[in-house]
Amino acid sequence: MGTERNVLLKYLLFSAAVLVAPIFFSGGYLLNVLVFVGINTMLALALNLLLGYAGQISLGQAAFFGLGSYISGVATANYGMNPWTALVLAAVVVGVIAFTIGFPILKLKGHYLAMSTLGFGIIIYILFNETIDLTGGPSGLSGIPYFSVGEFQFDSDLKNYFLIWGFALLMILFSVNLVNSRIGRALRAIHDSEVAARVMGVNARLLKVQIFALSAVFSSIAGSLYAHTMTFISPASFGFNFSVELLTMVVIGGLGTVYGSFLGAALLTLLPEFLRTLQDYDIVFYGLLLVLMTMFMPGGLVRIPSLVLPFLAKFKVRRQGNA
Amino acid sequence: MSEQLLQYLLSGLSTGAIYSLIGIGFAIIYNSTGIINFAQGEFFMLGGMSTYYFLSVAHLPLPVAMLLAVLLTTAVGVLFERLAIRPLRNASPLILVIITIGGSILIRGIAMLIWGKDTHSIPMFTGNEPLTIGGATILPQHLWIFGITLLIIIINRFYFYNTVSGKAMRACSHNRRAASLVGIDVKRMVLFAFAISSAMGSVAGIISAPLTMTSYDVGIMLGLKGFCAAIIGGMSSGIATVFGGLLLGVLEAFGAGLISSGYKDAIAFIILLLILFIRPQGLFKKAETERV
Repeated sequence: MGTERNVLLKYLLFSAAVLVAPIFFSGGYLLNVLVFVGINTMLALALNLLLGYAGQISLGQAAFFGLGSYISGVATANYGMNPWTALVLAAVVVGVIAFTIGFPILKLKGHYLAMSTLGFGIIIYILFNETIDLTGGPSGLSGIPYFSVGEFQFDSDLKNYFLIWGFALLMILFSVNLVNSRIGRALRAIHDSEVAARVMGVNARLLKVQIFALSAVFSSIAGSLYAHTMTFISPASFGFNFSVELLTMVVIGGLGTVYGSFLGAALLTLLPEFLRTLQDYDIVFYGLLLVLMTMFMPGGLVRIPSLVLPFLAKFKVRRQGNA
Repeated sequence: MSEQLLQYLLSGLSTGAIYSLIGIGFAIIYNSTGIINFAQGEFFMLGGMSTYYFLSVAHLPLPVAMLLAVLLTTAVGVLFERLAIRPLRNASPLILVIITIGGSILIRGIAMLIWGKDTHSIPMFTGNEPLTIGGATILPQHLWIFGITLLIIIINRFYFYNTVSGKAMRACSHNRRAASLVGIDVKRMVLFAFAISSAMGSVAGIISAPLTMTSYDVGIMLGLKGFCAAIIGGMSSGIATVFGGLLLGVLEAFGAGLISSGYKDAIAFIILLLILFIRPQGLFKKAETERV
């Protein structure tokens, strides 16, 4: 853990990089991809708070993302609600759902937790497909309006880039502060040993549910942003595969690191764009990446510097010793 | 109307039999390692897909193709244990969940690379002349499913209670450390568990392929349904999971017939959540083992 000043410096550097990035990709199709990197960063961050910090797995993250998208989409496209109001409404509804199901679900641990969140995700996915009157079913929901402020509409990639990264940077700031606070330490304590955390006076049960709800709210906001920038959504984006993709992002970027979530999201969003030839075979690639990373680099990409540096230092010492 | 209900019951029981086999596969691995193997459904897929391959592409006779398919799947199961599970023996459940998910994606992806994305079917084992039982019709293939499932359950029971290695495996499921103290090679038992459950999964895939078709991605849903069966049965590798599978199959058949076929798949997951929330020890067991 860095000192407070380092944390702030890192955040400012990262924000600056995000702000100047469009200069290099302006107008290009890559900018559109960077919009998706922003959305996936929020989603990976949401899962990482839960999985990386509190040690609670969720294979149903796509459901919260989808609920956010669909509540926003249905409220605006079918009932003419203002997109901003819809975003808040979706976040509140999803937060309440997550908080309610959080109590029974987070009583479970490990494999059982994974299976029950997965089950929840599939039930929601089936609902998206079957409530055709409301969601349009498998063929999707179109006619979702863009965000707008007065006359100004967020209708281009560049505008949406700043909108989405604005939200992403806020979430990152919030998360950095959260994990370096008392709550962050309590979460890590639960990760290492729930019993020990309880003995130290941490209300583990409530805290787990709260972080689960927070993670769901982040995902829901990402979902609303996604719906209003795409203006079209369909259930296929919110299935089990996407939950697994998010899991891969978090594992590859680095469990329990805020910026690792960005690295994982960026890698998994950009790579398929560069490796167009992979097309359908990207699934093999995810599987391989997931297996190899867990086996050989459990810390994720973000740990590469801290793996390499001590090794180099040791190497230096040995050489000095020999001389 | 009663004929209609009988029809639902029969088709539910035959899907349920398949769920039972997959569920027992889950339970066998769970009991010997404490791992929920997310790749379980892929063994089911491999059974069906490789039978199709040996039959239609390599033009082998059906029994040979089926045998080869079981052998191939068992080899994949053993390899998976050796390459991914054994090196991570002492990892946290979190890591094990992730690695078996990764493994399942990888197996599914490789199957797609080799056999493509098309849906395939294999012929019925003995014709497709429907039989009539009390007004409901079933296919000979349904009888094959019932017969083979029953046979496997009997062999299973015999293995676990009447052979040294089966008893050793039960000892492992009670207490791995104690088992290793009395001289049982726990690592070997884990390997056996993977071999047996992948073989069972492949058989389930083979016997159901003529009715339901097969493709590279059938394993996901079937694996989850099998897990649901095992959860209803309290992760028993015996008769309780069989009942769990049959119950699930019948409930789904009635749900699809009487309520809506679109929500059919949701039934299994609602049951799964209810059981995990309310009776994590399974439907038939008294509370003793900790599943939470």
